[in-house]
Amino acid sequence: MFKILEKRELAPSIKLFVIEAPLVAKKARPGQFVILRIKEGGERIPLTIADYNSENGTVTIVFQEVGKTTQELGTLEAGDYIQDFVGPLGVPVEFPNHKKVLGIGGGLGIAPLYPKLKMLHQQGVEVVSIIGARTAELLILEEEIKAVSDRMYVCTDDGSKGRHGFVTVVLKELLEQGEKFDEIIIIGPPILMKIGSEITKPYGIPTMVSLNPIMVDGTGMCGGCRVTVDGEIKFACVDGPAFDGHKVDFDELIKRLATYKEEEKISLERFNEAHECKLINKIEGADKDAVK
Amino acid sequence: MPLNRSKKKTPMPTQKPEVRRRNFNEVALGYSEEEAVSEAQRCLQCKKPGCVEGCPVQVQIPQFIKRIAERDFEGAIKIIKETNSLPAICGRVCPQETQCEKNCVLGKVGEPVAIGRLERFAADWERAKGIHPPVIPKKLGKKVAIIGSGPAGLACAGDLAKLGYDVTIFEALHKPGGVLVYGIPEFRLPKIIVEQEVEFIQQLGVEIKTNMVMGKVLTIDDLFEMGYEAVFIGTGAGLPKFMGIPGENYLDVYSANEFLTRINLMKAYSFPNTDTPIKVGKKVAVIGGGNVAMDAARSAIRMGADEVHIVYRRSEEEMPARKEEFENAKEEGIIFDFLTNPVRIIGNENGWVKGIECIRMELGEPDASGRRRPVPIMGSEFIMDVETVVIAIGTGPNPLLTKPLKA
Repeated sequence: MFKILEKRELAPSIKLFVIEAPLVAKKARPGQFVILRIKEGGERIPLTIADYNSENGTVTIVFQEVGKTTQELGTLEAGDYIQDFVGPLGVPVEFPNHKKVLGIGGGLGIAPLYPKLKMLHQQGVEVVSIIGARTAELLILEEEIKAVSDRMYVCTDDGSKGRHGFVTVVLKELLEQGEKFDEIIIIGPPILMKIGSEITKPYGIPTMVSLNPIMVDGTGMCGGCRVTVDGEIKFACVDGPAFDGHKVDFDELIKRLATYKEEEKISLERFNEAHECKLINKIEGADKDAVK
Repeated sequence: MPLNRSKKKTPMPTQKPEVRRRNFNEVALGYSEEEAVSEAQRCLQCKKPGCVEGCPVQVQIPQFIKRIAERDFEGAIKIIKETNSLPAICGRVCPQETQCEKNCVLGKVGEPVAIGRLERFAADWERAKGIHPPVIPKKLGKKVAIIGSGPAGLACAGDLAKLGYDVTIFEALHKPGGVLVYGIPEFRLPKIIVEQEVEFIQQLGVEIKTNMVMGKVLTIDDLFEMGYEAVFIGTGAGLPKFMGIPGENYLDVYSANEFLTRINLMKAYSFPNTDTPIKVGKKVAVIGGGNVAMDAARSAIRMGADEVHIVYRRSEEEMPARKEEFENAKEEGIIFDFLTNPVRIIGNENGWVKGIECIRMELGEPDASGRRRPVPIMGSEFIMDVETVVIAIGTGPNPLLTKPLKA
């Protein structure tokens, strides 16, 4: 069992947990992820390691409540336990000899971007970052990204904060202005990583993306997370999750992510019904107490 | 003691095919005491028993069978457990026809003694009575690490513990058992039995640490630093092979490992009572002819598919699956397409499988494996309409553990 030491709400429906997991923390490197299972009967879901502290033995995860398991996870509090928490999984990212890197994070993708930029910053690499979200209140880890960036741009789709528009608008501008980077890291929804990679391709700048396919075991034994990279089947859990954005078949990835759409809906509806019942019972119970 | 001169094994009761094809309960129901005694009385008690030689752990077969024939069931299980800590599992899933039963002298004139069924009977009998906690041996004060909690790791752990070693098993998944929990379905090996046999190993003093992906969480070097003096690697062959044909990444194409892991380990058959989903279309094709293909096909029927095909490129004769599993699958309505090989998977505009294009094969000269090599018959291509494809063409060793060593 793995204890939740700290819980923070970064934005509506986006939460941060600090988990006590000394062995994971000791080996964790930027680019790696964990698989967790809340309880018996629960499913295994992958989440990127957003930060880690090997001395304190803690691992930070950030998740958005998008379905049954993440919603249920969101109901847990500091002091609660998670049944299974396994990692670090996947290949760590490395940036030898880089002088200047551009990091782009969209939505929840800002969380997995953070440890990479933090490492680059510590290595003395010049870091430029662009982070964006649908609206100002969904923007996460702004201070953290700022602290590891030499220059940072903020974008919102609705213009409620920073630049009005997608992160790709700023990306295009920087490239058009002739700014050079040794590498561009793009993490966010698959469509953002796809469009971003298309933008950087003509400039010939190496572009790293972090893929988020469906996973089960996360150890390379099932191939559920397979993606096509440069025409070859790769397992994102053991060969990735970071890949060359210019070689990834994003359309296939996007299609495959929709495999369990119906089942995910059924599961979430059931959870919400059960959850509402619990809340109603609580409220009714409170009313009865008030009558007494 | 009367001798049962029947040339055939005492039949074991099973769930009726039309019933069992829609549930995940165990198919074979096991011998009653009377049936077990009657089968045990077939054993000739050979002075030089070939059966023992055929058993990988040399269970003293004639001795335990003699106890069953004498109705001393407790004595029987004691003898088995001297050399085998997992009898309820081995009695069910060992391929006895190529091991102990292959060498049984009765097999020369009829059917061999049903050693597996008798071992299973003895183990089940003990479980029903309450398993005796084992005698814990004197500790040697030496630590051994075992990587992987599949049958090899569990057996090794059990034997080392009996010798007095402090044994720790490191398992990557959240449950111990390896293929016994994620691969072999409930209807062949109930998971409660795996749990109980694993508990027995733990009672011997073995510690099992789950969620330990070796090579990631810890390396072999770390284990030696932690004071382990020896390491046993029993990580199996869990890397799925794909065919390399077009369309393999369409939605609803599964490796057998993924399909079976979702169903067995994650209990997707109980969805949405459990959280892991699975998609099984009305028409399913399973590619391959081994036991894993049989397990996947029989699981697909139980998940509610109307029509399940086994597509195998050779003929019935070359099929590596156990005869018993093949027979069970046929009884449950699985359709066998022999001498048929998929050449591509066809999908619709959203990426969902809608069929597989196959080609008919004929058998040519024997290949390196000694089996006749399948050769495509040009122009015999046809399309099979299916909504789900499960690829069960074999697995290789997972490089996860050794990869960091090379780097």
